Amino acid sequence: MRPHHCELCHIDLKHVSVSRGGQEVLQDVSMHIHCSQLTVLIGQNGAGKTTLIRALLGEIPYTGSIRHEDGKGKPIGHLRIGYVPQHLAFDQDMPVTVQDFMAAAFTRRPVWTGVNRKVRQQILDALSMVHAPEIIDRPLGRCSGGELQRVLLALALQPSPDLLVLDEPVSGIDQNGLKMFLDTVNELRTGRHIAILLVSHDLRFVREYADHVVLLDKTVLIQGAPDPVFESEAFARVFGTGVE
Amino acid sequence: MEGIYSVMNVLLPFPSLQFSFMKNAFLAILLLTPLLGLLGTMAVNQQMAFFSDALGHSALTGIGLGMILGIGNDLVSMLVFGVIWAVLIGLIKHTGSASADTVISVFSSTSVAAGLLILSRGGGFAKYSSLLIGDILAVTAQDILYLLLALIVGTVLWMLLYNGLLLTSINASLAHSRSIPTRLYEIAFSILVAVAVMLAIRWVGVMLINALLILPAASARNLSRNARQHAVLSVLFALVSGMAGLFSSYAWNTSAGAAIILYAAMIYAVSLLLRRTVRG
Repeated sequence: MRPHHCELCHIDLKHVSVSRGGQEVLQDVSMHIHCSQLTVLIGQNGAGKTTLIRALLGEIPYTGSIRHEDGKGKPIGHLRIGYVPQHLAFDQDMPVTVQDFMAAAFTRRPVWTGVNRKVRQQILDALSMVHAPEIIDRPLGRCSGGELQRVLLALALQPSPDLLVLDEPVSGIDQNGLKMFLDTVNELRTGRHIAILLVSHDLRFVREYADHVVLLDKTVLIQGAPDPVFESEAFARVFGTGVE
Repeated sequence: MEGIYSVMNVLLPFPSLQFSFMKNAFLAILLLTPLLGLLGTMAVNQQMAFFSDALGHSALTGIGLGMILGIGNDLVSMLVFGVIWAVLIGLIKHTGSASADTVISVFSSTSVAAGLLILSRGGGFAKYSSLLIGDILAVTAQDILYLLLALIVGTVLWMLLYNGLLLTSINASLAHSRSIPTRLYEIAFSILVAVAVMLAIRWVGVMLINALLILPAASARNLSRNARQHAVLSVLFALVSGMAGLFSSYAWNTSAGAAIILYAAMIYAVSLLLRRTVRG
């Protein structure tokens, strides 16, 4: 277990901008993502939520800075990110089980040569954390949307990340599966000192669970505690009024 | 080499294997098909069948360019050109300017046309027709050593790349978040496929080489539930089709490449029938 830093450690985004094809798709985004807090990104499609995540992951170039700091603003070093993608566009017929998939991330030994007992136990432990140890030998293509989401979460939590980035699926998950997933995320927030960034489309959930809400439309329109954000003019402009 | 031959005489006392050209062909298949079987599993999972087909076609251009540039060894020119072609297709695919199958189609037809143009100068293409259908009996003792080296290097690279490639094929962002250089892995895989295809092409032929990469892995996929079964069955099917094809072609006096692929196709047909029963 790595020693965790002070409770006030955070990821500090300063003036983050991303251009694509000469156009700014993300403009001057500044925000803090605190550990032990659930920060939720909301906004319409095309508002730049996924772009911001890809910048955080270091997948695309950006200007501005993204730093991992302790309470006094001192840099902590490499930011370890656990990432749960929105959907997996893989070939459903692929003969790859949950165990194969997770072992490929955990070990260097090529999974087609087999998985040793120790790694299998590690995978079982990780799956137990998201309440899904029974699907270890199931082919990926046979898992439901909710089960895949939990496999991805289990994977993102090993090794323990500083920041957990969750791109909530828009479709493919039934309500029960989604609730179970989000409950697990909520457990993590209180149980561990992980900073969680969630992209959510379920506004009701956001209002109920989020600590910090960021409304994005190419730039940050407004951010803060859920109630003030939801009652703001900017929110009404983006989502209209009377949204549940 | 003589030592290996005498061991084969004891272990495999078939009349057809008395001849050293058959011994060499046998050894070539024994060394080459497992590597193609292994690489095929990922090619099939990543839906790269068309890509490897285009790579096979590029052999024609490779030889043609080698001729113009005065490179004496066909294999060297095919390998160099195949690798360059693989990297180019990979890079252009990533710019996202056209859909992948269109890009590959453009590359494939361009390389066939350029190859034919160069090799048919002066009406002399007939002497290259063996390249199209392959000639497994032309394997020399020296080739066997190259193949052994290729099998060892190829398998080691494959062991190093596999897990990262598997994650990348499922979700590239996820692989990236776990510090896997996804682009590098994909290009390395393309190069590995290019090398394996070019090594096999003189014996199986430009027209059929892709089938030897794809068919065993596709059959295995019909009958597997996990990555291990997929790899084991794919290697087994590639080996069995290779051996059965070699001996049949000797008995029937036909092209070995064609016989090999027909066996692979039969295995595929059976795997389709059994698919439901095995995979549930």
